[in-house]
Amino acid sequence: LPAAVLLKDTKLMDVKLGQLGSWLAMRDFTPGGIMGAMRRGYDRYYNKYINVRKGGLGGFSMVLAGYIVLSYMWSYSHVKHDRRRKYH
Amino acid sequence: RVLCPLVPSAPAALRALPRPVAVGVLHTTRPLHTSQQSLAPVPPLPEKGGEVRHGLIPEEFFQFLYPKTGVTGPYMLGTGLLLYLLSKEIYVINHETAAAACILTVIIYGIKKFGPQVAAFADKLNEEKMAAAVALKNESIQALQNAIEEEKKEQWRAEGRNYLFDAKRNNIAMLLETNYRERLLMVYNEVKKRLDYQVAMQNLKQQKEQEYMIQWVEKNVVQSITPQQQKESIAKCIMDLKALSKSAHAAV
Repeated sequence: LPAAVLLKDTKLMDVKLGQLGSWLAMRDFTPGGIMGAMRRGYDRYYNKYINVRKGGLGGFSMVLAGYIVLSYMWSYSHVKHDRRRKYH
Repeated sequence: RVLCPLVPSAPAALRALPRPVAVGVLHTTRPLHTSQQSLAPVPPLPEKGGEVRHGLIPEEFFQFLYPKTGVTGPYMLGTGLLLYLLSKEIYVINHETAAAACILTVIIYGIKKFGPQVAAFADKLNEEKMAAAVALKNESIQALQNAIEEEKKEQWRAEGRNYLFDAKRNNIAMLLETNYRERLLMVYNEVKKRLDYQVAMQNLKQQKEQEYMIQWVEKNVVQSITPQQQKESIAKCIMDLKALSKSAHAAV
């Protein structure tokens, strides 16, 4: 009998599509939980790409690319007016 | 917290109370030292970071799509996505696009040309830091080794304490002997002084008695010489002297 893993402890990539709703409901949405999740995400990224002996450009450029995309999304309503065609 | 046993100086009323049950029990809510894990030595940093292809997309994405779409899958996905964004004008081509193109060209050219040099420079800085830290560590290890050697030597030295104690005992014995002899000499001198005093006293007394006796005898003798006898003796002396002078004349 394989060891039963609680839904709470499964990672996101192992959750089946049908269980996604209940998995999301079980997450910790308190401010402390959100801060904890952000801290964990930051630590994962930092320890994987930046806190190494011979770091490359990728660690920094990925953050830059993410920032570019985010700022484009925020300013899309302004950029919309430069479109060449009205209907696509 | 540890509950101390009742202090002996507490008043008798307190001492008469029944003792609390938890005397001597360590109150902890957290288990101590239950796991093998310790904070040192810290595991070393990984050599290289996660792989990133074209500086933008992590390698894990390519591996994720490889089983289903092979090697070209992510590139086809990228191309399709790009065309979709352009055709639906979700990404709008305007003056900013031109500026971005120029900037990116310059940046990529700079990275390709000067990348390795900058990397070598950064590696050299890191190496220096590491060398300094390792040197510090080795120095402190060496210092501790030296301290161990010194300690062993001190322990060996301490084994000779018997000789030291013998020497000290000899010194003390000599001091005691010297002191004893000094005092002996002092006693001898003092006793001799007293005895000398007694002897001197006796001599003095004898001498004084003698002198007094002589004086007394002389005084009595002088007293006993009557004036008559004196005249007779002086006349006799004169006659003797004349006789002597005559004999002396004759001899010459």
